[in-house]
Amino acid sequence: MLDAEFFLRWLARSKDLIDQQAGHLTELDSAIGDADHGSNLQRGFTAVLAALERDSPTTPGAVLTLAGRQLISTVGGASGPLYGTLLRRTGKALGDAVEVTPQQFGDALRAGVAAVAQLGGAQPGDKTMVDALEPAAAALDGTSGAFAAAREAAAKGARETVPMVARKGRASYLGERSAGHEDPGAASSALIVAALADGAEGIR
Amino acid sequence: MRMLINVPETVVSDALRGMAAAHPELQVDVENRVVMRRDAPVAGRVALVSGGGSGHEPLHGGFVGPGMLSAACPGEVFTSPVPDQMVRAAAAVDSGAGVLFIVKNYTGDVLNFDMAAELAEDEGIRVAKVLVNDDVAVVDSLFTAGRRGTGATLFVEKIAGAAAEAGAPLEEVEAIARRVNDSARSFGVALSSVTTPAKGTPTFDLPPGELELGIGIHGEPGRERRPMMTSREIADFAVHTVLEDRPPTGPVLVLVNGMGATPLLELYGFNAEVQRVLTERGVAVARTLVGNYVTSLDMAGCSVTICQVDEQMLTLWDAPVQTPGLRWGR
Repeated sequence: MLDAEFFLRWLARSKDLIDQQAGHLTELDSAIGDADHGSNLQRGFTAVLAALERDSPTTPGAVLTLAGRQLISTVGGASGPLYGTLLRRTGKALGDAVEVTPQQFGDALRAGVAAVAQLGGAQPGDKTMVDALEPAAAALDGTSGAFAAAREAAAKGARETVPMVARKGRASYLGERSAGHEDPGAASSALIVAALADGAEGIR
Repeated sequence: MRMLINVPETVVSDALRGMAAAHPELQVDVENRVVMRRDAPVAGRVALVSGGGSGHEPLHGGFVGPGMLSAACPGEVFTSPVPDQMVRAAAAVDSGAGVLFIVKNYTGDVLNFDMAAELAEDEGIRVAKVLVNDDVAVVDSLFTAGRRGTGATLFVEKIAGAAAEAGAPLEEVEAIARRVNDSARSFGVALSSVTTPAKGTPTFDLPPGELELGIGIHGEPGRERRPMMTSREIADFAVHTVLEDRPPTGPVLVLVNGMGATPLLELYGFNAEVQRVLTERGVAVARTLVGNYVTSLDMAGCSVTICQVDEQMLTLWDAPVQTPGLRWGR
C-alpha cells in the first residue's frame, strides 16, 4: 500500500532530480524553446517542498493536490498549469484514502495524464510531455515491477520525441526545425517518473 | 556574458523596485508582481489587464497608465505570469464595469489567463478575453500552437485602452480589441540571439553574416536562416510577407519595433525602407511609431507590424496616453 509518506518521498526525489538536471533541461529548451524549463521547474518544486513541510498533509490525495496547486501558483509558463494539473487531478482521483493500492494510483495517474492532454490539447506524437507520461501511466498496472517499467517507458517515450516535429507549445513555431531535439517537457516528465520508481525502491 | 544584474533569481523583482522608484504615478506591488495605475479602480470604467513574461519591456508594465492598461502582470523572464497575479490584478482594478484580459498567443499565457479568468469569475468579476496572434511567420493550423502575439499587442492595448478611458462598456472594448488584432499582422527578424539571465549564454548560435527570418519575441529561432541582408532587402521581405497575408484596403498604422539591441539610427533607417515599400505598394500610412516597444531582451533585430485602421480606431490611437513607455496628448 502507498501512504502519504510514499508520495512525499516521490516529490522530494523529483526535486532532487530536477535540481541535478536543471541545466540539461534548460539546454534542451534552448534548442527549441526559450531556455527556462529547468529554472522554472526548480522554482516550482522548491515551493512544493516548502508547502508540504508547512502544511504536512496526511493523505496521498492531499499531498498531490497541494503540490499541484503550488506548481500552478509558482511556475508560470505552460509547465506550471500542465504539471500542476497532472498532480492536482491525480490527487483528486485518489480521494481521501489514507493508503492506496498501486493499482488505484495507476488509475489516478491515468486520469491526471488525460487531464493534461486535454488542457494542452496534445496527443501522443505531438512532441510534448504526454509522449513520456502516457506510456508511463499505462505501465502502472499494479503488478510488481510496474514502477521500474514505468521509468523505462517514460525514458523511451522521451527519447522517441527526438525525431518528431512539434505540434504544440512554443517548439511548434519552429516546424520542421524542431526535429532532432528531445522535447524538454518529455525529458522532465521522464525525470519525475524516474523519481517515482526511485521512491518505490526506497532511493532518496 | 556581462549583464547589469545581481543574481538571475532577483532580476524581475529588482527591475520592479527600480520601476516603482522611477514612476510614483504607478502602484508597483513588487512582492505579488502587479503593476497598477495609481488611480485604479477608475469608477465606471472597464479595466484592462495584460501580462506575460518579463524581458519584453516596456511591454507590459510600461504601458500601464491613463489611456492604456489598468494593470500588468510580469512573469519570470520569458515565462508567463501565474493565475494568482492576474486574479489579484483584476480584483484590484475592477470598478464593477468588468475586466478585459489581453493575452498573447503562447501556450503558457493562454493556460494561465484561462485559469485566472475562471477564478476571477468565481469572485464575481466580469471578465472578457482577447487573444493577440499577429505573427505571420507561424503557420496557423491545427498542428501548431497558432500564430504568436507580438507587435500588435501594443496597438490592441493602446486602442482598447482609449476606448475604455472614453467609457465604452466591456463588450465594446472587447470588440474593438478583437478588431485591432484581426486588422494587424507582424513579421520579425533577428540579427543576434538573446541571452537570458538564467542561462547566461546565447539561446541559439547565429554565425556572423547570417540572420534569422520570422522570429518571435522569446529568443526562439525563426522560420529560416539566410545570409545577411541589407536594410532595404529586409524591409522588402518583411513588408511583402505581411501584406500578402492581409492586403490592406485602407490606411494603416505602422510599428517599426526594435528587439532591444538595435539602435534607433538603424531603426529609423529601416523605417525609411518600410515606408518606401508601402508607398510602392500604394498603401497609405496614417501613423508610424518607431522604437523599442515589444522587445526580446538583448536581441538585435526588428519587427514590422501593420494594422489597417478606420476613423474610430485612428481617433482612439490619437487619444491621450500617459504611461512610462508611451506618452502623448493632454
